[in-house]
Parts: sequence; structure tokens; C-alpha cells
Amino acid sequence: MKKFYAFVQKEFYHIFRDTRTMMILFALPIALVVIFGYALNNDFKNIPIGILNQSKGQTSEKLIHRIIGSGYFVVEQTLEKPQDIPKAFKSGKVKLVIFFPTNFQQDLYHAKKAQVQLIADASDINTAINTTSYLSGIIGDFNTENGRENSASIQVSTRMIFNQRLLSVYLFIPGVIALILLIISALLTSVTLAREKETGTLELLSISPISPYMIIIGKVIPYLILSLLNSFLIILLGIFVFGLPMVGSVALLILACFVYTVASLSLGILISTRVETQQAAMFASLVSLMMPTMLLSGFIFPIESLPLPLQLISNIIPATHFIILIKSIMIKGAGITLIWKPFSILIAMTAVFILVSIQSLKRNK
Amino acid sequence: MKKSAIHIESISKRYAEVQALDQISLDVEEGELFGLIGPDGAGKTTLIKILVTLFSAEDGKASILGMDTNDSKASIRKIIGYMPGRFSLYPDLSVEENLSFFARAFDTTIEENYSLIQSIYDQLKPFKDRKSGALSGGMKQKLALCCALIHRPKVLILDEPTTGVDAVSRKEFWQMLHEIKSQGITILVSTPYMDEANLCDRIAFLQGGKILSIDTPSKITGQFPWQLFAIKSQKKYALTEWLRAWEKVSYCYAFGEYLHIAFSENAIQMNEIKEYLSAGSFSDAEIVNIPPTIEDTFIYLMENGNSR
Repeated sequence: MKKFYAFVQKEFYHIFRDTRTMMILFALPIALVVIFGYALNNDFKNIPIGILNQSKGQTSEKLIHRIIGSGYFVVEQTLEKPQDIPKAFKSGKVKLVIFFPTNFQQDLYHAKKAQVQLIADASDINTAINTTSYLSGIIGDFNTENGRENSASIQVSTRMIFNQRLLSVYLFIPGVIALILLIISALLTSVTLAREKETGTLELLSISPISPYMIIIGKVIPYLILSLLNSFLIILLGIFVFGLPMVGSVALLILACFVYTVASLSLGILISTRVETQQAAMFASLVSLMMPTMLLSGFIFPIESLPLPLQLISNIIPATHFIILIKSIMIKGAGITLIWKPFSILIAMTAVFILVSIQSLKRNK
Repeated sequence: MKKSAIHIESISKRYAEVQALDQISLDVEEGELFGLIGPDGAGKTTLIKILVTLFSAEDGKASILGMDTNDSKASIRKIIGYMPGRFSLYPDLSVEENLSFFARAFDTTIEENYSLIQSIYDQLKPFKDRKSGALSGGMKQKLALCCALIHRPKVLILDEPTTGVDAVSRKEFWQMLHEIKSQGITILVSTPYMDEANLCDRIAFLQGGKILSIDTPSKITGQFPWQLFAIKSQKKYALTEWLRAWEKVSYCYAFGEYLHIAFSENAIQMNEIKEYLSAGSFSDAEIVNIPPTIEDTFIYLMENGNSR
């Protein structure tokens, strides 16, 4: 046990003395959270819009107040006639124009049905889609309220559950945790083992009374501790800075992080048994683990929008299931009975990775 | 005959295309400083890795203090000290931390075996807080030696410890090896430097995976069969050509500014050599009779395929 303690202590020296490792451990998570939280924010506020109101009634005025009151839009321009619309878009002043036709009020009274036209600048496709759907939602609400009084309504049946405001923080925090745990666990462990190979110290260790399993566990423990610490740091940052909810059980969340970390660590060991240099280890982790995790786990692109072959690949990426788990636990407050499926997939994957890495360790001895 | 500390019996090992070791047999006696001498690629490192239980031999047996390298790996690992070819230390750990780590890895403490390494470690003490990556080559070598000795091994095995180290440090290092030997530790050391062979009690010449000869350095040089002359001339290259063209010359190699030459008939007279030299207009040449060096013997054994 004294040997083991000496080994773990040595490992912590390696971590705390290497600036690169320290940067990856502590600067990278914060940088990622801040970048995804602020710079790459998909949420919007104060979108400039134009209003073309040819209706003389009260209803259009009320609706406009309602839209401005939402805080997402500011009226940049008030238009006089439909011919002004192209000019407004070309000047780039507005992203969207709301057009109330002349007979809006009459239609609403007599036909119990009125049309309002939303014209969006689709050169910025994301904003166009988002703003129109926001507006449809607002108009839908408005109509429902009015409907009770006048029985004149247009039913807009768009409803988002869990994330009514479509906040991207819900999406990126679980993704960042998945990515950070993978970097720390897989990348750093594979690099640290490859470094021992490079310096030749692994040769000395392998003929010392420290057993190979002790070497591996001793390598893994510091990273396991630091990974878990890091995931809590990111989750706390998500909760207190970005307002991520924490509905579900903390114990379940810890368990999910733990299982995923162990899966990543065993992947790191697997890589390190196959490579000889730190560079090769880094390259293998980046290409075979980080790229798929970034692109195919649902972190950046929704899995549903991927082509079928890539959807199949995303199923074998641990992060895919881990992200589902975190979202279910933190945002939906799901208990174990609801999430046993991604949980058991993740545990099964972890078991396979551990078995395979033990096998390749044995072969290398 | 003394008890043997290391016993090697017809060990063979192949890498894909290369026969790294071919039926090697040798014995190292207890308390001996034994040298494995041979050029790069002779098989020294492979043999050492088999002894320290990192590799398994394909064929043959090896044992250390009676323990088989295949069957008793764990017990062998406790009684040997091994210093690999590169100084395998943690560059980001300080001198003291490196030593303390290796001590604890072998279930001991620095204090327990300090007496063994004291004379070496005293030289390192002024730098004990320096990172080992920032040490000079000679210092790294001393630290690596301390780390290999810290668990008081009975047999010390060193793979080319003096490669890449300056001449002064090399000399100091061999003095340390003699001190360690005087504490009763058997030492097996490999080196590509022929001049270090004289510092060993006994040596084995290794070439192409085979042993050319095993003996004490003085007896090894006795295997050189001819009288040896050293010749120096301004026109060294032309002189080499001229001498090699003479059918009586059996051996002719450049050693620094001298040419070492020997003749197939030992009764050859100095006059005859001088005549031949002046016939080739090398009248400036100085010629002296010298005893053969280890390297002369190695080249002779290599050329004549005198495998034991």
C-alpha cells in the first residue's frame, strides 16, 4: 500500500507540475463553458423588426404591444405601405416584418378568422426560423386569450416542453461536461502512460514490485478525482451563471458522471497500450474520441438531423448516452426507472472497454 | 571455481528477420565486475533485457543467483538493480523525489540503504531540489545509479551506462562501479567502448548475437597471435594502401594517428619492414613494437570468425 501511495503521489506531481496538463484541467473547462455560454449563444434578444399596420382596429395595436413586451423584439421601423418592405430588408435594418392587412379587424369580427403575415429575412436562416416560431408562439397565446372573450381565434399549436424559451444552455452544458470528462480521462491518461514509455520509466516500473494493475489504477485515480471535481465545477457554473435547473437526484448525477468517467479512462488506457509516443497518444485521442464526441453525440448537431449511417455511429459513442442521462436527470428530473436504458447501455460499454483494455495490457506485458 | 551469480545457457532470441542472440552461454561469478563488450546491434541490450525479466528468451535458460528468469520473475526483480540504456528518470521530479519514489516503489526508504549510495549521492546533494530533467548528463547518470541501488540489490545490471557521457564523468563512473563492487555486489555492465574493457574483471566479446570470447582483459589480449607494430606517417592514407598491398601483412587498421599492423610470419625483422616502407617512399615513417590492445583482439577475433 505504501508503494501505491508513493505512485499516486508521484502522479499528482506530474499533473501539478505540467503547465499543459493544468491548462487542460482547469482553464479549458471554464473557457469552453464561457465560449459556448456567451459567444456561441443561439438565444436572442432585441431582434430588430418592422411593423406594417394597415388595420385600424384595437386588436393589432394590442398584439404589437404584446410582441414588444416579450423583450425579444424591438420595433426598428414603422412602414407605411407594402412596397416599403423590400427596402427595409435591403437596408438590413430589420430581420422580420409583421404585416397587418387592412381588413384584419373586420375579418376577425365577421369571419372569426384573420391573417397576420410574418415576413422574415431568410438569408440568416437560423434567425428567420427562430423569430418566426417565437412570434407564432406569442400570437398563438394572444389569440387564445382573445378567444375566450370573442370566440374569434386562430389556434397555434406550437408548444415546447421543458425548454419553452429554447435556451441553448440546456444543450451545451451536458455537452461540455461530456467533452471535458473525455479530454481529461482519455486524453490525459493515454498521454501520461505514453510518457512513461517514452522516458523508459515504464520499463523500470514493470520490473519493480509494483504490479501492472497497481500502475494502471495509480495512473487512473488522480484523473478520476480531478474529472469528477471538474464536472461539478461545470455543473455549478451552469446552474449559477447560466441558470440551468437541477431537478433530479444529485446522487444519480454523480453516478452517471462516475460511470462515464470510468468508460473514458478505460478508452485512454486502451489507446496507450497501442501507441509508443505522447504525440501518437494525443493524435489517437483527438481523432478517434474527441471528434466523434463533438460532432456526433448530439452536442453540436441534433442526432435526428444526421444522415442514417452517422446516426448509427452516434449510438456507439458513450457521450451520446451520457448527454441523454444528464439532460434527463438535471432538466427533466427523471428517476432511475425512466433512464435505466441509457444507463445500462453506458455501463455495458464501460464493461466492454475495461475488458478490452485489460486484454491489450496483458498482451503487451 | 566461485559460485556463479548469473548463469546463461545457450540463450537465443530472434526479432522477425534478425537473430539477435544466437546460443549465448556465459557465467558471471559472484562479486565480479563483468563487461559485455560489443558494437551497437551486437545483442547486448537484448541479453540484458532477458536477464532483468523484461523479455523472454526463445530458447535456452538463464538464472540469477539460482533463480530462473522465466519461473521466478518476482523474486529476481527484488534482488537485481537495473539501469536501462537511457537514464530513465522522471524529468519533472526533483533529484530527491526521484530517489524517494524508487525507494518506496521497492518497499524501502532512502535512510535504510543510504550507506550504499552515500559516496555517490553526496555529489548530488547540492542539487537535490533541482528537477532531474535539468541535470547534466553525468549527474543524471549518477542519479540513475543511485535509483538502481536504493533497494540494495545483490546483482547490478547496467546497460551502456557511459554512452553519451563526457570522458571525466565516465572515469568517475567506473570508479563508483569499483566501490560498489567492493561492497560485495555483482555487476554486469555493457559498453560499446573497448577502452572500458580493461576496467572489468572479465569481459565477453559480443558480435552479431554471438560470443567471440570470454576472459580476463589480459588473457583476451593474449589471444592476438602476432607481434604488433604501430606505424606513424604524414601520408597515412597512402601508407595504409601500400601496406595492405603487401602479401605478408595479415592485419592493418588505423588507430588514431597510428596504423596497427601485424604479419603472418612472426619472425619478421624490423629491417624488412623498413625496406618495404622506403620502397614505397615512406621513409618518414616511425615504427614501434607494441602490445596488442583489446580492440586489436576484438577485430582479430571478429575477422577470423573465432566463435567459441
